[in-house]
Amino acid sequence: MVLIYIDQADQEVKKASLEAISYGAALAKQMGTNAEAIILGTVKEDLSQLGKYGVTKVHQVANDSLNHFDARVNATVTAEAVKLAGADVIVFAHNTNGKAIAPAVAVKLNAGIVTGASALPKTDNGFVVTKTVFSGKAFASIKIDTPIKVITINQNSFGTQSTEGTATLETLAVSVPTSSIKITSVNKVQGEIPLTEATLVVSGGRGLKGPENWGVLLDLAKALGASTACSRPVSDSDWRPHHEHVGQTGYQIAPNLYIAIGISGAIQHLAGVNRSKTIVVINKDPEAPFFKAADYGVVGDAFEVVPALTAAILKSKASA
Amino acid sequence: MKVLVCISKTPDTTAKIAFTEGNTKFDENGVQWIINPYDEWYSLVRAIELKEKDANVIIHLVTVGAADAEPIIRKALALGGDEAIRVNNSSSDSMVVAQEIAAIAKEGAYDLILTGKETIDYNSASIGSMLCALLDQNYIAAATKLEIDGTKAIVTREIDGGEETAESNLPIIVSCQKGMAEQRIPNMRGIMAARTKPLKVVEASIQTATTSIQQFDLPAAKSGVKLIDPTQMDELVKLLKEEAKVI
Ligand SMILES: Cc1cc2nc3c(=O)[nH]c(=O)nc-3n(C[C@H](O)[C@H](O)[C@H](O)COP(=O)(O)OP(=O)(O)OC[C@H]3O[C@@H](n4cnc5c(N)ncnc54)[C@H](O)[C@@H]3O)c2cc1C
Ligand SMILES: Nc1ncnc2c1ncn2[C@@H]1O[C@H](COP(=O)(O)O)[C@@H](O)[C@H]1O
Repeated sequence: MVLIYIDQADQEVKKASLEAISYGAALAKQMGTNAEAIILGTVKEDLSQLGKYGVTKVHQVANDSLNHFDARVNATVTAEAVKLAGADVIVFAHNTNGKAIAPAVAVKLNAGIVTGASALPKTDNGFVVTKTVFSGKAFASIKIDTPIKVITINQNSFGTQSTEGTATLETLAVSVPTSSIKITSVNKVQGEIPLTEATLVVSGGRGLKGPENWGVLLDLAKALGASTACSRPVSDSDWRPHHEHVGQTGYQIAPNLYIAIGISGAIQHLAGVNRSKTIVVINKDPEAPFFKAADYGVVGDAFEVVPALTAAILKSKASA
Repeated sequence: MKVLVCISKTPDTTAKIAFTEGNTKFDENGVQWIINPYDEWYSLVRAIELKEKDANVIIHLVTVGAADAEPIIRKALALGGDEAIRVNNSSSDSMVVAQEIAAIAKEGAYDLILTGKETIDYNSASIGSMLCALLDQNYIAAATKLEIDGTKAIVTREIDGGEETAESNLPIIVSCQKGMAEQRIPNMRGIMAARTKPLKVVEASIQTATTSIQQFDLPAAKSGVKLIDPTQMDELVKLLKEEAKVI
């Protein structure tokens, strides 16, 4: 059986988990087995609806204390629950919480693990998982040699597929250790889609010259309904908040569309964005290295090109 | 307080990524090796800052790797830290590396173990979480801030779409990322001092890997950029809609 871990925050199922279910369900089909899900804590959603993404059953450890994430407690409970539910493969989203617990769960189950998978495993001859390595500059195919396997799947690399179906619910009785981590404050960026979940991203670099010039970029992002990102020097100079920094040392993202404005395309920047499906580069220098990694390029001054692009998008939306 | 900082060796961020032996091995030809940036800039420098505030802090560095990791661990010692341990195991399996580090950690009874968020070559982001299970200690991943107050750690971590601050008693394992500290450059005094700091070599004790790398591949090259005239933004919108189908 393939078991998918459902990550929740504030008692809501995280979007990355729906993609993990779609991936796990496709893997189960390939292996000729069924897919089930596991969730810790209690959520507001009707969990039977997860059946739409391909799981037949949802195992729940319905203890409210698990609504606060503590990696140590969570990994312990997940491993115990997996032992009860029984699974050959456990799939996690490669998001903040998934990364924090999947390797610990693997240790507890004596399972081999591949993190950051970018495609379905090959299962015809052993169990071989492809993942991105060297910050997106290459792929590695890694064979897992243990009976139980753990995978975390890169966000936006598989997509979410939904059809019909409902899942049955089963409560698992697992004893929950007391957490010795006390959460003292939570700071959420209001109303924005987290960068790692965003499908459309508009990003700015030093070419925009200063924080006071970000208006053109924000207007474009608003017209598209996109999240905003930036290069490292931009966040280092506090022109933009640190959580917008993408690249080798910032967030690694894989949106459907990445629009880079006034960013030269240094190799360390590309390492964070080269998994984007479509890349548009707007730069006044035709020699900017970013054009080599782009699908579409506009050589021109951002302060003219970006407002024109925003207007074109608004026009196209109005006529749709 | 005893701190263990986990140091890994990675290719320089601008290194050419190529493979040999039928695409089964990373081509190390001409590659410059560096301390994994997350380990150097964030966890090591933060540990040094803690020691600068409190002289009772003892910093040990650990690396799991072959003898060619020694220049890297010496460079880390030049930045700061009291002594280093190299476990002579060149396995690329995270499970093996984590078990080797766990053995060192048990022996040294550390109050704080710092790792980087991930290595920039294999991007596993696994060692800290594995140590959490192997040592049964609290673990906070992808931390952007860390303060120590007596026997308590106050840690801010990244969550999807924001940050969360939590308190935990020591011992604790923390994986570090941007925000934690500012990059430093080793000075002459540090480099001289590093030469005489102890570097202990421990023989490998874990052999059984759980995974094996079969093959590497490079991503398919982009077919080439399509240039659009800056006055034709309607055309770009049309391409994004109808050709790329992303908006
Ligand atoms: C170990 C290491 C890790 C790093 N990690 C990261 C990382 O994670 N993320 C990251 O981004 N960087 C990272 N860097 C830094 C990276 O090497 C580059 O320095 C950085 O990405 C450059 O940012 P930029 O493109 O915004 O600025 P610049 O390189 O200064 O480029 C500005 C661009 O704007 C263009 N421009 C100027 N004016 C206009 C205009 N009016 N209209 C249109 N275009 C204009 C210019 O032609 C130029 O191409 C790292 C570096 C190192 C050494
Ligand atoms: N071979 C190693 N020796 C010591 N520490 C390591 C080693 N590999 C990884 N680490 C530590 O674990 C962190 C995460 O690495 P990884 O899980 O491999 O992505 C790194 O930033 C290091 O702090």
